[in-house]
Amino acid sequence: MDVALFTEQLLNGVQLGVQLFLMAAGLTLVFGIMNMINLTHGSLYMIGAFVAAALFGHTGSFLLALVIAVPATALAGALLEAAVLRHFYHRGHLDQVLVTFGLILVLNEIVKMIWGAVPVPLPVPQLLSGSVTLFADVTYPSFRLAILGVGAVVALGLYAVVAHTRIGMWVRAGASNRDIASAMGVNVELIFSLVFAAGAALAGLAGIMAGPINAVQVGMGEPVLILALVVTVIGGVGSIKGAFIAALMIGVVDTFGRVLLPPALGSMMIFMLMAVILAWRPRGLFPVHG
Amino acid sequence: MASSPASYRPSSDMMAITVIVAVLAAVPVVASLVGDPFLVKIATRVVVFAIAAVALNLVLGFGGLVSLMHAGLFGIGGYVVAILAFHADDSSRLFDLFPGTTELSIGLPLAMLVAGAAAAVMGLVSLRTSGVYFIMITLAFNQMLYYFFVALQQYGGEDGLQIMSDLTLFGHAAIGRMSFYYGCLVALALVLVVVQRLINSRFGMVLRASSQNERRLTAIGIAPLRYRLTAFALSGAIAGLAGALLAAGQQFISPAEMSWVRSGDLVVMCVLGGMARVWGPVLGAAVFLVLEIVLSGWSTHWQLAFGLLIILVVVSLRGGLIDLLHLVGRRGASR
Repeated sequence: MDVALFTEQLLNGVQLGVQLFLMAAGLTLVFGIMNMINLTHGSLYMIGAFVAAALFGHTGSFLLALVIAVPATALAGALLEAAVLRHFYHRGHLDQVLVTFGLILVLNEIVKMIWGAVPVPLPVPQLLSGSVTLFADVTYPSFRLAILGVGAVVALGLYAVVAHTRIGMWVRAGASNRDIASAMGVNVELIFSLVFAAGAALAGLAGIMAGPINAVQVGMGEPVLILALVVTVIGGVGSIKGAFIAALMIGVVDTFGRVLLPPALGSMMIFMLMAVILAWRPRGLFPVHG
Repeated sequence: MASSPASYRPSSDMMAITVIVAVLAAVPVVASLVGDPFLVKIATRVVVFAIAAVALNLVLGFGGLVSLMHAGLFGIGGYVVAILAFHADDSSRLFDLFPGTTELSIGLPLAMLVAGAAAAVMGLVSLRTSGVYFIMITLAFNQMLYYFFVALQQYGGEDGLQIMSDLTLFGHAAIGRMSFYYGCLVALALVLVVVQRLINSRFGMVLRASSQNERRLTAIGIAPLRYRLTAFALSGAIAGLAGALLAAGQQFISPAEMSWVRSGDLVVMCVLGGMARVWGPVLGAAVFLVLEIVLSGWSTHWQLAFGLLIILVVVSLRGGLIDLLHLVGRRGASR
């Protein structure tokens, strides 16, 4: 493996990691605060991509599609939370799995009814369709670099909000002990609704950015959901920092695993990594709950 | 989750099992009376998935462990039979060591062994955790198995593996529609009786207790991990048997059978039928698969109705169809 290939794969890995972080950030906080397992997060990823593709089809502007589709996904997430998921916080995990599993079927089918079963095109925006020369003879597609940049900015912004603002403090308090936070006067329900909507927006953003690279089609969110679950578990449920580190780790290991190892082994790498980490630390790298 | 001791009557469970097996045994007769051989095909599918659902319910309903990796274990069983047949077909050797075989008396036990061993290894990691962690880890392991078989190009990869040669059981042809159906039904009956006896044994008592109050169980000096792990491995072995039967019956296995959605389907079957009884998932599997056929013939958007139905079951029918039966029974008695 020469330097050019190595650099390209490393960037691919980090880019995948950044996308996974966008997914995992919402998941880990939802798990952390409400102890709720939410499998519909992948559907929000799909909804974001489809809304953006539809808007792009009408307007021809990727930027406009992005700017409208992200809040639209947040709205969809907020509706989902208020209409259905809110009623399952106090139920067992089995009920939560089943309800969100049923919702995945429903949402997939609704998307199929609106947009059809055939993949919807969402091309790379004109401005970012070329490649960038990084150094010497190493080039990299601009769009992928843009994903990396957006993801890094969002990750930093999220870290700043969660670690250094009052709302972020409430979120962290809710994630580490909901009852005590509630007793100390934090409106955990409201915080949670906000977190859920924000998490949906991030999932939508991840879906929109993945659209031009993968295909915008029904069920596109499920493989990503499962990778994001792996990230959440490795990082420690409720930990933004853990999610970030685990996402980069999974992104890089998965990318290099597929390049360097035989396919059967390469595709299993991240799951084996998860098994090893959990055998060593059953509650993930950065456990939030004491 | 598990049944309360007061309402627990082992004899009535054995009665229910007998009735279920008798009804299923009558299906081919009905099929030949109405002249619809397709019924036997559906019934075979019901029996095979019922075995898998009963296996899952051993850990889900009685151990309180929400496993989303059972489709993966199911698929392992299918691939064991299919890969053995593949090597028998072209007389090559598995790992350059073992010859293949089309003999199910070797294939089925081996499928159970491999699936059980896989369940034990992955269970060892998963069972160190609990709650949402356990669910997510088993889901991840399911995907690991799925991608593993997708990547196995030698055995068809994503397209799956066809069984070309005729399978035999103790030297006799095993794939006649009727004989195969009754073979599967015997397997289901055996599984039901074994699991029922297990649940009523000391082992089953500990398993049920571990799902109700782990701390108390530990306090009286029993570490639940060993019991859970044993149950998980056994459950995996039975799921592997079901997968092996599916592969043998349809002469084909593909990674699609191991997708995580299938794992979710198996959980739905358990909940739909009722997790408190060993035989509940058999009802669940029957209703699930028949509904799937009816709804998909009715509309291309049947998954919408199906999803809503799952949500409805979770919201309103907490004890599954068994509760519905009890409700109807009580109303009938009070009249």
